[in-house]
Amino acid sequence: MADEEVVKKFLYLNRKAPYGSIYALESLEVVLIGAAFDQDVSLAFIDDGVYQLKKDQSTDGIGMKNFSSTYRALGDYDVNKIYVDKASMDERGLTIDDLMPLTYEDEDDDYAEKPSISIKSSEEMAALMEEQDVILSF
Amino acid sequence: MKFGILVNEGPYQHQASDSAYMFTKAALEKGHEIFRVFFYHDGVNNGTRLTVPPQDDRNIVNRWTELAKEHNLDLVVCIAAAQRRGILDENEAKRQGKDANNIAEGFRISGLGQLIESGIQSDRLVVFGD
Repeated sequence: MADEEVVKKFLYLNRKAPYGSIYALESLEVVLIGAAFDQDVSLAFIDDGVYQLKKDQSTDGIGMKNFSSTYRALGDYDVNKIYVDKASMDERGLTIDDLMPLTYEDEDDDYAEKPSISIKSSEEMAALMEEQDVILSF
Repeated sequence: MKFGILVNEGPYQHQASDSAYMFTKAALEKGHEIFRVFFYHDGVNNGTRLTVPPQDDRNIVNRWTELAKEHNLDLVVCIAAAQRRGILDENEAKRQGKDANNIAEGFRISGLGQLIESGIQSDRLVVFGD
């Protein structure tokens, strides 16, 4: 990590359901490794990707590892800008109450616990993508 | 311009690998620099030397190897994704107690940090996937 002075805006764009393919799990692995590089990181969830943040996931019937608890740890990795596409939520009949309540401790505000997730319109999502240096789409 | 390339899909199954190769080749021919090609997800399967495609088809793995030789490309296969899918170099095979390795010439196995570094160091990181 010789170039820690370079800080770029990284967006991880999550588009796939958490199970059925390995994209979501391996994307999360990149996010966790990437957190060590002190970049300006955001996560976005669109299309079936919104299911990755669904509360009360159970993989009992499919024999796969339930890795949903890892999302709760993101705040500890200073990954606290998590954007969810409203249109994708609406299409799937989901509201923010259906999602895991991800939070982080704001060190600039006496470590107050704050929500990491914000719901964004398609226009806001487009603007978010526009301002990035690097978009990793999974 | 300096490009980083990310290949997220396997050879033959998906066009992403072909598109990544063609983009990389074209960029080099135009005088651009390729900082690194990183293989992730099923993309790690681009790095096995044991593929035997039909004679009248393109050889995707050899194509990467030859391009790497010609332009001194850095082809990196993600270690975590590779271990899941059985892509091993000599060291990893030994370390994991496996009886063989299959990494193709010109490829090397390393960690996900190499992908993040590619994002930081390159002017553009271009993702080829599904």
